[in-house]
Amino acid sequence: MQAAAESPAAAVRRSLTDLLRAPDGVAALPARDLDLTLRLARRVRLLGRLAERLQRRGLLAALPPAAREQLESALVVVDARARAARWELDRLLRALRSRREMRVVALKGSAYLLAGLPNAAGRVFADVDLLFAEAELAEAESLLVAHGWRGTKLSAYDQHYYRAWTHELPPLVHDEREVEADLHHNIVPRMGRLKPSGALLLARARPIPGTLFERLADPDLVLHAMTHLMFDSEMADALRDLVDIDDLLRHFSAADPEFWDALWARAEELDLARPAFYALRYAHALLGTPVPATVLRRSQRGAPVRAVVWIMDRLVPRALFPPHPDAPSRVAAIARFWLYVRSLWIRMPPLLLVRHLGYKFYVRRIRGARPIAAETRVAN
Amino acid sequence: MRVVGELGQAGFAERLRGQGLGVRLGPFDVKVRSGIAAIEAPLYGLYRDYPLLDDERTFSMHLQLTAARAFPRLDRATVRLLVDGRAPHEDLPRGQALAVLEWGINLVIALRAHSLLMLHSGAVERGGSVMLFPAWPGSGKTTLCAALVHRGWRLFSDEFGLVRPSTIEVLPIPRPMPLKNESIDVIRAFAPEAELGPAIPNTRKGTIAHVKVPAASIRASAHSAAVRWIVFPQWVAGASLRCEEMSKADAFLMLATNAFNYEMLGEAGFAAVHRLVTAAACYRLVYSDLAEAVRLLNEMAANDASGS
Repeated sequence: MQAAAESPAAAVRRSLTDLLRAPDGVAALPARDLDLTLRLARRVRLLGRLAERLQRRGLLAALPPAAREQLESALVVVDARARAARWELDRLLRALRSRREMRVVALKGSAYLLAGLPNAAGRVFADVDLLFAEAELAEAESLLVAHGWRGTKLSAYDQHYYRAWTHELPPLVHDEREVEADLHHNIVPRMGRLKPSGALLLARARPIPGTLFERLADPDLVLHAMTHLMFDSEMADALRDLVDIDDLLRHFSAADPEFWDALWARAEELDLARPAFYALRYAHALLGTPVPATVLRRSQRGAPVRAVVWIMDRLVPRALFPPHPDAPSRVAAIARFWLYVRSLWIRMPPLLLVRHLGYKFYVRRIRGARPIAAETRVAN
Repeated sequence: MRVVGELGQAGFAERLRGQGLGVRLGPFDVKVRSGIAAIEAPLYGLYRDYPLLDDERTFSMHLQLTAARAFPRLDRATVRLLVDGRAPHEDLPRGQALAVLEWGINLVIALRAHSLLMLHSGAVERGGSVMLFPAWPGSGKTTLCAALVHRGWRLFSDEFGLVRPSTIEVLPIPRPMPLKNESIDVIRAFAPEAELGPAIPNTRKGTIAHVKVPAASIRASAHSAAVRWIVFPQWVAGASLRCEEMSKADAFLMLATNAFNYEMLGEAGFAAVHRLVTAAACYRLVYSDLAEAVRLLNEMAANDASGS
């Protein structure tokens, strides 16, 4: 009855918000609503998280078989990916420290996994991301190549694109395995609008207990997640990234009363006030993250002009939440298109952008070398 | 339980175009929508005996076929497969729509059913015991399954050996069997009573035609059974019939490398494969003449039944 009155977009928003705010309630949903919830959770890569939660609470067994099987499958995938990531990290460390005791800073999913942060539970890992001092990046790359890693982006154009314009090397993958390793010297593209200092990030990085890896300091870790979402992605279906931010903010602020102040001070110091402003705004508005009012007020210092905020408020939720799988909306498609344009715009200066898009168009449409859409889109 | 055929062909087509057709394929509840009119009649022929599902449920997967055009060659009609609203691969020629749907279901199973050990294997049952045919494409497992189900065996699958880890039970997922190229005429000659869908030429696997699953196999598809034989088949032109028992170690290696998700399952995968090869008799079968092979497998089943 409720579903009949509700627009598809509203049903999507309600379904995913309920899943995040009260995951146990998913077990009590009518089978038909559970169907939509699972489809959406899969699309935004939150199926593993839901499965982990329901299993921990002993709620899996009572679900309809078709739902239970999907969630049990998701748990198997989560375990397998975590196992592969841990093994890859182990192998990477062995190669990277084969000559001397090089500092290796794990980023994003790898850091959450190694440090056992709460958002790692049920999270599906893809690539392994590592941070190095810019001066040590070449050494790290040559060590990995000497130990059997190969570049996956082999065209001269891609090589140039990564090395000249971004903050990471072209992805490397070991001959015998499938997990990609991304070697970074910073957390945002070199040619982009923001200029945080990689050296400042490294200066505060700290060891992960029980491992030979380091991770970014608490505020920096969250700021990286925020920057990645708001300034290094198209935001399409990226709800999971906002969930990471929500989890981390709740976790660190509960453990350390000074965390919120430290976070904002660091955002300004690192020139990341803009992404921090947006991320705090949308985490608070969409996921109910308990950001103190004083912090929300202070974060206004990172805000762009009011008209831009007004536009982003309309675009961002339409990208983070997926369209209804059976009723795709034109408005959402347009919102996603503009955020895609924005993601390119903030990643490189206009002339470079025109060149880049021109080349990509040439490769895809004229020369006919179309990339195959990965199966993993369905898998996740 | 209602079956698809109760809708009649017109009602079937209406479901496909509108709310979607809910159908139970073994352990999977599948929702299919299609905007491709040309597949409605052949699809009805292949699916009329399957259990029909209402919408008040959680489905295992949602697939949709939509008509598209091959931009910028707008004269070329294509079909797009959508899984939960997204396309997992490039559009394909519209004439292949039926095959695209069948491959699409296989793809989604292979990507999502990790609660099961998924062997790339044919599976048939006789006298309550399952015979697995683990093999790579081109080894003739579909042809072998299509032949056996017309000689008294129950079809579990020509593609997936679905095993619940920690058991040796195989779950039936009887689906239309896609014969390729010469096999189409081989089966027409071997089992003239077999019902075949339309021949679809020029696919990436050549010409294919789907054999309808006998109604009895579909009706029994809720009933799993234990593995008794694992036979690695290989069709070799002109070869004389050979069937040798294999060592458990060889069988283990071949079965582990054959599974779609052996690595994904980790330790549970190792234990599951070990349990299977320990419990079953394992053979390597080389054949060129289908009738000879079928006779041999029938004898194997009969002897083991009288011997036990």
